[in-house]
Amino acid sequence: MDFFFTHPIGILILTVVKALALLVPLLIGVAYLTYAERKVLAAMQMRKGPNVVGPFGLLQPFADAIKMLMKETIVPAGANRVLFLLAPMLTFTLAMLAWAVIPVNDGWAIADINVGVLYLFAISSLGVYGVIIAGWASNSKYAFLGALRSAAQMVSYEVSMGFVIVTVLLCVGSLNLTEVVRAQQNVWFAIPLFPMFIIFFISTLAETNRAPFDLPEGESELVAGFFVEYSSMSFALFFLGEYANMILMSSLTTILFLGGWLPPIDIAPFNWVPGPIWFVAKICLCLFTFIWVRATFPRYRYDQLMRLGWKVFLPFSLVWLVITAAVLKLTGWLPA
Amino acid sequence: MIAALAFYVFAAILIASAVMVVTSRNPVHSVLFLILAFFNAAALFLIAGAEFLAMILVIVYVGAVAVLFLFVVMMLDIDFAQLREGFQRYAPIGAVVGGILFLELVMVVGAWRFAPEAAALRVNPAPAGVTNAEALGQILYTDYVYLFQACGLILLVAMIGAIVLTHRTRPGTRRQNIAEQVARAGSVSLRAVPLGAGLKEIGIARPPAPEEAKPKQVEHHHGHGGHH
Repeated sequence: MDFFFTHPIGILILTVVKALALLVPLLIGVAYLTYAERKVLAAMQMRKGPNVVGPFGLLQPFADAIKMLMKETIVPAGANRVLFLLAPMLTFTLAMLAWAVIPVNDGWAIADINVGVLYLFAISSLGVYGVIIAGWASNSKYAFLGALRSAAQMVSYEVSMGFVIVTVLLCVGSLNLTEVVRAQQNVWFAIPLFPMFIIFFISTLAETNRAPFDLPEGESELVAGFFVEYSSMSFALFFLGEYANMILMSSLTTILFLGGWLPPIDIAPFNWVPGPIWFVAKICLCLFTFIWVRATFPRYRYDQLMRLGWKVFLPFSLVWLVITAAVLKLTGWLPA
Repeated sequence: MIAALAFYVFAAILIASAVMVVTSRNPVHSVLFLILAFFNAAALFLIAGAEFLAMILVIVYVGAVAVLFLFVVMMLDIDFAQLREGFQRYAPIGAVVGGILFLELVMVVGAWRFAPEAAALRVNPAPAGVTNAEALGQILYTDYVYLFQACGLILLVAMIGAIVLTHRTRPGTRRQNIAEQVARAGSVSLRAVPLGAGLKEIGIARPPAPEEAKPKQVEHHHGHGGHH
């Protein structure tokens, strides 16, 4: 047993096993997120949704995946071959990479690093490259326009997201994600920082290019946006990456605002439930809201989207940051 | 051993991609190699134990600055034959600048190598038991707070300058003024409408269509909203 904790090769094997234990459930989760999305949307639109493949249509995601694998990979004639194939891999890899620091339970992160929040922020700010490279390498005007829109959108919303994260970090006094959750032992940050919670949630919608901010793939104007030229596995990688990013952003919301693995109240029936189950339940709640928003709101116009990001969220989050800092300083609640 | 190996791998990739930035023919490839170089620099920071700097390098340079570079390079229509034209003429100046930079680098490294007392001044060791970000904050916001604020001011001035230089009101553009739209008489009105009733039944008159654009009159037996 000591071999796994002391010998370098043992540590390597242990890390790989840990990563698989996280990524395999994650990918199954992604598969069933597509199923859940279709079912929830169907219920909200008074339809039935997928119900043919398997009981209640439960095997639908796998049928879709197999169908996708069987298709031919088409690289357009004018495309930049290397970058065209690199972009979906990049998107998918980044979506998986970020999970290294997510603590599912107290001490259950694969890498419990000191700058976990910054790491997540860095990885999520890289997601834009998959989009831009895909749009440019496709050598197609629709893909390129979609990529430009998406890049501008992701960069804009990252700024206000950064301020929201700084506000939370002020209340925690550490960049470690485990510490962030532990600081919410008494009260989840969603309550004292409620407006920031809302801003963060809306920014995650924009960051993951989800409705009502799914302009990069506005099908009425841009066909399908940046991945219009993609087919088969390369398309599947974009798809997986996008949904994995949704789950990632939901888990980030959970960690920053909804108390991670902590039960809502630390009393008898609630703290019998193990932490990871609370964590997954909170992620599911956020994901349901993602889908609910998609079923409810019409798409934003592009200039409205930019206005919301730069002229509403940015000043508001900046002012709230200053207020939070002042309150913490004056009341002496500032964590050492 | 592993750390040394990782250092040489990252350093080699860093130098190779830096060379590719300068030599690759396609400017988009140049920017992508630049991003690779940033990444390897971040990895070197990590090996040196400066985890905060590594993350900030990725967030600021890769996540924001290089995105803008890529944006500009992709949008610009550059004629490379024309760019390469003056190479012979500019080569001596470039060589002089490069030579000065190289000399300065040698002087910096040499001072650290040959004058240990200068090296002692160079480092400000992080206090033990304090994380990287905290140690940085303790220096930056205490001893160097004025310099730090001055940096912020310079950046602010640069930003305002860029906005002033590029912002202009073009005469022909249409801007949406939401307040004006809402304040316009009769533009927005709310009313409760009984379910299943048509416009006619409620008594809302549509504005009459202009004469030339009038649709063809079709026989209608069930008017709007047929549930009655």
